Amino acid sequence: MSIDTGIHVAYLVASICFVIALKGLSGPKTARGGNLIGAAGMLIAIGMTFATPGLSRFGLMAGAMVIGVAIGFPAARLVKMTAMPQMVAAFNGVGGGAAAIIAVAEFVKASPGSLAVYQVVEVLFGVIVGSVSFAGSIIAFAKLQELMTGRPITYAGQQLLNGLVGAGILGLSVAACVDPHNWLIAVIGILGLLFGVAFVLPIGGADVPVLISLLNSFTGLAVAASGFVLNSVVLVIAGTLVGASGTLLTRMMSAAMGRSLPNILFSAFGSVVTATGGAEGAEGRTVRSASAEDIAVLLAYSQKVIIVPGYGLAVAQAQHTVRELAELLEARGVDVFYAIHPVAGRMPGHMNVLLAEANVPYDELKEMDEANPEFQTADVALVIGANDVVNPAAKNSPGSPIYGMPILAVDEAHNVVFLKRSMRPGFAGIDNELLFDPKTTLLFGDAKDSLTKLVAAVKAL
Amino acid sequence: MNGGDLVTLFTVFVLAAFVGFEVISKVPSILHTPLMSGTNAVHGVVIVGAMIVLGQAQGTIEIVLGFIAVVLATLNVVGGFVVTDRMLEMFKGRQPQKPKGAGGDGGGGALGAAPAAGSTTAPASAEKAAP
Repeated sequence: MSIDTGIHVAYLVASICFVIALKGLSGPKTARGGNLIGAAGMLIAIGMTFATPGLSRFGLMAGAMVIGVAIGFPAARLVKMTAMPQMVAAFNGVGGGAAAIIAVAEFVKASPGSLAVYQVVEVLFGVIVGSVSFAGSIIAFAKLQELMTGRPITYAGQQLLNGLVGAGILGLSVAACVDPHNWLIAVIGILGLLFGVAFVLPIGGADVPVLISLLNSFTGLAVAASGFVLNSVVLVIAGTLVGASGTLLTRMMSAAMGRSLPNILFSAFGSVVTATGGAEGAEGRTVRSASAEDIAVLLAYSQKVIIVPGYGLAVAQAQHTVRELAELLEARGVDVFYAIHPVAGRMPGHMNVLLAEANVPYDELKEMDEANPEFQTADVALVIGANDVVNPAAKNSPGSPIYGMPILAVDEAHNVVFLKRSMRPGFAGIDNELLFDPKTTLLFGDAKDSLTKLVAAVKAL
Repeated sequence: MNGGDLVTLFTVFVLAAFVGFEVISKVPSILHTPLMSGTNAVHGVVIVGAMIVLGQAQGTIEIVLGFIAVVLATLNVVGGFVVTDRMLEMFKGRQPQKPKGAGGDGGGGALGAAPAAGSTTAPASAEKAAP
């Protein structure tokens, strides 16, 4: 067996590992094993690439890898659970960047005029999709890391500008097919970066999880394109797998929000009411706040309590405290479970991961369809750091930007308790009418402090 | 690359797209985050391309580009798999605590898998199960 054949077989094995990995990640019991199989496949692919005939500069390669590991491993290991969404965005972005660079480098290497049109098209696809994914992921990272505002950023003529940049990319791409030059590719790459920034800026709020998933599938497609450029089957397979599964995941998530993908991408979610949202709350309308002791009594003498976690729970790292409270209540005979909105938090499944960390049993986590009929008979809905996903405006006010998004029917519970840091509206910048409802009680403060007080108060009863 | 290769690659592309759709068509929302993170790690395979570019580079520009690409792709691979493993580690940590119900057979699997996952991760999950 020649070394070439050996390498191809190794890449085939790696590809099979990737498929098994994705399959494994689709089930809770097989997920971790699946991930390890994927990592094994990756090691096989990398190891056999070193044996590729005609390659040199192994020292440089190893050096680059050491740098990557030295940065990536501690970052991934030490990052807090709450910062996971932005880490996924960042690691996704660098992958897209690498794919774009590969396409550029292959174009530079080819002698002018030696590339067929279809090869130029492959390069262009890699450069454009890779750079859009890179820049878009960086902006998503900055939004989630709060390096910039998480709200949608809009300005006059935004759609027009985005359209012009897009048209510019297309026009120059056609020009590059006719007469390929290095500078044309460079300009297209820069426009791609610009487009990535411009298209992510107006996306904020509850749409960010969908965005990250979409960018993930973009990177997959960019990797597939670089596979076409390099004539590498393993890149095409793995990139396409990610592109296809990422697209499906993105669609599942936008369906969970009751919105179409184009609507999410182009409608500047929440921007319309951001200006008025804060003012309405401050107009002297009264909300009812209560002490931890009062709320502890309410909870302890209920029959059914539904906990609705949101991003605030993750920020406060209060997942262990909430489990403690739930267990105390259960010990008193209260029926307690968690209602999980598909897009609560900043990533799909964010709350599930967070609560799993605190050893909350699976069967206490109910998805939206399962949880919603239960609210009518619930004595208390305890909303912890969630806002948009329980906002009745999604059902009642057609003018609201979140109108049509399925929400948790918290408003149907007999009592609603909000643990909130302040009256600030949620990430999407939309005021929540439910806060002013007479059956709603608020407990202001950091979610963890409030829950610790509640735990102490329930214990003291 | 000739036209025949292009058709072959395109065939692979189309089939892989079907596999990608098929393989995750029924994923519970509890695993959406780890799945996204896991697919993120898989596209780190771009490192293979980055290595080829660096290894076959002919001019300084290509060497620099290839070097940057390998660094970025390594970040993608390492970060992707480690973050995913950390997320999934938490799912395992819970199961020994909850012997009742559906956790039964899964718990056995978790105990069997933990030592295989490496000595560094096993104490971490034991620690998490403690409080």
